[in-house]
Amino acid sequence: MKTSEFIAALAADPIPESVHLRRRFAAAVAVGLAGSVALYALFVGPRPDIADAAQTVRFNLKFVVALTLALPSLLLLFRLARPDARPGALALWLFAPLILLALAVVVELIVVPSSEWLPRLVGHNMRYCTTMIPMMAAPILAALIAAMRAGAPQHPAWTGALAGAVSAGIAALLYASHCPDDSPLFVATWYPIATLVCAGVGALAGRRFLAW
Amino acid sequence: MHAPPVEGPADDPWSKMMKAAMAGDEGVYRRLLEDIGRSVRAMARAAFARAHVGDADIEDAVQETLLAIHLKRHTWDPNQKLGPWVNAIARHKIIDAMRRRGARRADPIEDFQDFLAAPQEEDPHDLSDAKRLIDALPARQRDIVQSISLDGQSIGATATRLSMTEVAVRVALHRALKSLGVAWRRSVE
Repeated sequence: MKTSEFIAALAADPIPESVHLRRRFAAAVAVGLAGSVALYALFVGPRPDIADAAQTVRFNLKFVVALTLALPSLLLLFRLARPDARPGALALWLFAPLILLALAVVVELIVVPSSEWLPRLVGHNMRYCTTMIPMMAAPILAALIAAMRAGAPQHPAWTGALAGAVSAGIAALLYASHCPDDSPLFVATWYPIATLVCAGVGALAGRRFLAW
Repeated sequence: MHAPPVEGPADDPWSKMMKAAMAGDEGVYRRLLEDIGRSVRAMARAAFARAHVGDADIEDAVQETLLAIHLKRHTWDPNQKLGPWVNAIARHKIIDAMRRRGARRADPIEDFQDFLAAPQEEDPHDLSDAKRLIDALPARQRDIVQSISLDGQSIGATATRLSMTEVAVRVALHRALKSLGVAWRRSVE
């Protein structure tokens, strides 16, 4: 078939694609978040002493870290929907939660006696942390992958992994209010593991569903 | 912080043509795709040659790129120039096509602007991916695509011949092109 003949078929199909990437993406975040919040309300819930905990730096730091992961990665993910995207400086923001955590760990090691390090790292809830964060991340990840299918990302697997990181960041935001372990030693160990799980699932989903 | 500086909405010829096309101007869209096809052909030819891949599949790569441009045109930001967006899609598809032909690591692919001076003629070839994949479509979709492409019929004439409404033909054509995109990708995997 000649290319000019092929073009005739393309040109005859002017059905205006009513795809609005931005709107679709926003809808995905809303739907995914609703799913995660529902899971949170049903199976997780806030810790009983949340009012007291909210007065402490360690507790609040968990939300700051989760937000510095969720927000920049969400913006970057939206940008990557376009094939000519340049990640730019936004990609550097992905280091922000890691730097923040590293600083917090250093401070924690200084202010806490070494006999406390291991118990704080192990915490009470590591298995919950590494299962509940991926569980609450799942609806967001699924919605983001579905929305990104309208896009044309250059690197489907990496883009999927980034969607996984977004979903983990948002899920961590919810989970942080449940988890009784506030030490940066715990957070810097188990939250990243949960994030890697989500990113791994996201990469597989991306390779499968975001190729174009 | 942001992608390359933009001086207001893109107003180069291609960007203008794409805007007209998206507003429904079929003739302009056709000319734009012909134009883009010529650039992508030159780009693919250079890339295939550099990777020492035979040039039998160049036209397939061109057609697959054009289909991707068509199906993904909503990912173009009208505030940006069309050229870099076309480049990104073409590079993605040309690399796919070269991998399929056994090229290991793709050499960097030059932007099409470098070839604009030397328009290339296409090789007519009958054993194309497009033909094979269109043949594999459901009968009704295949008839419609063939009627419009190979036979050069209009939507209206095709509708009359198949006793369908024009809207139904358009919808079927749209579905056919979408499944063609999926089938093409599967043939790569």
